[in-house]
Amino acid sequence: MRKINKMAKEKGTFKRPSGRGLAEIRKMTAKVGVVPNADGSAMFSFGDTIAIAAVYGPRQLHPQHMQDPSRGILRVNYDLLSFSVYERKKPGPSRRSQEISKVTEWALLPVLDLKEFPNTVIDVQIYIIQADAGTRTAGINAASLALAHAGIPMKNLICSISVGKQDKNLIVDLDKDEEDFEEGEGATDFPIAKIANSDKYTLLQLDGKIQPDMAKKVLALADKACEEVYEVQKKALKEVIEK
Amino acid sequence: MKNEINEAHEAHEESSEEITKKRRIVIPGEVIVSGEDYLPGEGVRREGNDVLASRFGLAEEAGRVIKVIALTGAYIPRRNNVIIGRVFDITFNGWLIDIDSASSGFLPIDESPRFINKNEMNQFLAIGDAIVAKIWSVNAKGTDLTLKSKGLGKLEKGFIFRVIPNRVPRIIGREGSMISLIKEKTSCNITVGQNGWIWIYGSSVEAEIKARRAIEFIAEKVHVSGLTEIMEEWFEKNK
Repeated sequence: MRKINKMAKEKGTFKRPSGRGLAEIRKMTAKVGVVPNADGSAMFSFGDTIAIAAVYGPRQLHPQHMQDPSRGILRVNYDLLSFSVYERKKPGPSRRSQEISKVTEWALLPVLDLKEFPNTVIDVQIYIIQADAGTRTAGINAASLALAHAGIPMKNLICSISVGKQDKNLIVDLDKDEEDFEEGEGATDFPIAKIANSDKYTLLQLDGKIQPDMAKKVLALADKACEEVYEVQKKALKEVIEK
Repeated sequence: MKNEINEAHEAHEESSEEITKKRRIVIPGEVIVSGEDYLPGEGVRREGNDVLASRFGLAEEAGRVIKVIALTGAYIPRRNNVIIGRVFDITFNGWLIDIDSASSGFLPIDESPRFINKNEMNQFLAIGDAIVAKIWSVNAKGTDLTLKSKGLGKLEKGFIFRVIPNRVPRIIGREGSMISLIKEKTSCNITVGQNGWIWIYGSSVEAEIKARRAIEFIAEKVHVSGLTEIMEEWFEKNK
């Protein structure tokens, strides 16, 4: 990788280690209805990152003090499974997984209409069975499909993508190698989720450094990438019925 | 128990086999039609000039009204639905029934078909017993059930399995045509609960399994028309 970038610097052009174009997303696959026991479920993958989401509910919420008589609540649990990475991850909840669960919940909630289900909960379980960066975005995409599959009233789908910066170049859908890049200005990871076919963003996070004027370019790149994600999601949902 | 639930099924409005011209799968947020002439129905909303789906399912045009029929998802209790449930608790004045939905069902002691002594409630229905009941009210506090109607009561013998609740209208068929066909071909007693629980009891295990396989076959075929004919063929093949 280092070699390639050295060469790139000399030539003045930049090439990604994987050989992808700057705005090229890894191969996406999506499948709906993968967990037979769930009310709705989906799998979404970006290359080697694979997320599975299962939706249960609306169902009775315990503990009772969490119940909301005016609307249902959403509860997301993100779990990076211990075998999903090269070095075994200690299983169980962590600071990181709690944070991702929470931001995923916030990313999904604006499109859901839970007024019909007072005092209930909709549980979303997200399992990352293979991780190669971009797990939260894959998780959000899968969860959005699973919620639609579970027949929950929602305004639109949520599409999510991470845009990043390697040294001075903006790139779409970072993989693990690119995320760990340390030369020059280093790597920046900018995960974004938005409501499909609109300009409303439901998740914006930033890990690394970026110039303010570049942030606008990031959003433009994300908009384009999200359209591609949306097409994949749409196809997966339609396929589940036509089989 | 003699099983004469046909009457109970028939009443169900959502017989999905109604012939309507245009039907297609829509995803949330997809524009179904544009124009001022249309009225948004169930599972649909209007945004400016467009009519959009707000849930995943089959979009249907019935005259000017556009609606989306859900194909997947959890069961939502409705009044007058006949459902199958299981007793999971006994309180001082009734039974709590698991009806596989967000709220549990409550069967008050007064709604049992005969007088029951409060001290001997578990002799009529004990924890773990399965019942066929009718929903007589759905309110914020929960779902109230009754056993005072024909064909309702405790289920003994046989077995229960579950299908996706939205597929139930297909399994019953128009005016119960499909379920009658299965009953006739397998000579089993079958009760289909609107919550997707199905009870089968027949003369032999083979017949029961055949009935179950037939029902699961139907539940998989979501939008195939002329299912009754397909099922007749299926029974020919699987004699």
